[in-house]
Amino acid sequence: MKFLLGIFFVILTIIAFVIAKWLYKRVYTPLLLPLTVATVLIIVFLLVFKIDFDTYMLGGDWISELLGPAVVALAYPLYQQRDRLKELLLPLVVGSFIGANVGILSGLLLTKWFGFSDVLIYSIAPKSVTTPVAVEITEDLGGIISLAAVFVMVAGVGGVIMSKYVFRIFGLDTPIGKGVGMGSASHGIGTAKALEGGELEGSLSSIAMILSAVFVSFLMPFMLALFM
Amino acid sequence: MKKTILIIIHIFILYIFNLIGIWLKELLNLSVPGSVIGLLLLFILLMTNILKVEWIEAGAQFLVSNLVFFFIPATVGIINYFDLFKGKGALLILIVLISTILVMTSSGLVSQYLAKDKAGVKK
Repeated sequence: MKFLLGIFFVILTIIAFVIAKWLYKRVYTPLLLPLTVATVLIIVFLLVFKIDFDTYMLGGDWISELLGPAVVALAYPLYQQRDRLKELLLPLVVGSFIGANVGILSGLLLTKWFGFSDVLIYSIAPKSVTTPVAVEITEDLGGIISLAAVFVMVAGVGGVIMSKYVFRIFGLDTPIGKGVGMGSASHGIGTAKALEGGELEGSLSSIAMILSAVFVSFLMPFMLALFM
Repeated sequence: MKKTILIIIHIFILYIFNLIGIWLKELLNLSVPGSVIGLLLLFILLMTNILKVEWIEAGAQFLVSNLVFFFIPATVGIINYFDLFKGKGALLILIVLISTILVMTSSGLVSQYLAKDKAGVKK
């Protein structure tokens, strides 16, 4: 029975994802990203049929099992763009590194100053990086995985919506400035947006997204030791 | 069909890298996600030509292009935390947005400054 339920929920998730992608192709807006739409569809389904989250995870866990390999797979786009990485090594590495520090520190300190609990601090600290990495960092720290995933989504969607104004106000007007900014702050969602600005901007954004996932992973323990 | 089998084999190889990453993490007592260690390991092996890109390409392409699909279950978990965003919890969203602006600005400006003499990245 558990096995059948598991299969059912995997299929449900695939269907929700396909519908969400179909919708996104027709109605283009950052708020209707496939991830948000698919999530809402599944939540509505679970609420309507009074299914609790643990039951859904009979299938959900199988999907999440591939998060690790998906992170490993990011080595591939990084390898593909190795020439660009070499050419712009310093700006890409230093930019992403600074962004990683600023992201952890501002998330951590603001949450602390507002008097939120440690569990919430651990869930918000990795919000600038791609979901699978953020989830793993949060899990290690003892935060709440699902909250981390939602904060990552807010950083992504929020970053895309605000980017136009941020770029204008702070004078980010080159593919490297915009690309690294998007990839470092808004990970995959930002990278999809950066691609609209051209292949170069998108590619720089994806490199920054992967670099910042690596930097945040390594910086997190030090930052927590220093500021917690 | 052949393509599907190839994808499955490649994902299996990526899965092994993930396991090695987790194993190294435990062995060296690191606080870095095992998958990130696996990513670095795979990148080094690809760059040094020890591992041919053809051995992981189809699987990696499949995972990366459907990346979002694998996040859905974790995100659906918010269903258990709706109450958190009532009242003071809404501030958390604001914190994320402020922090996002700071990251975007700092990383973007630094890289833009450092790349100002490079060709190909002009306005």
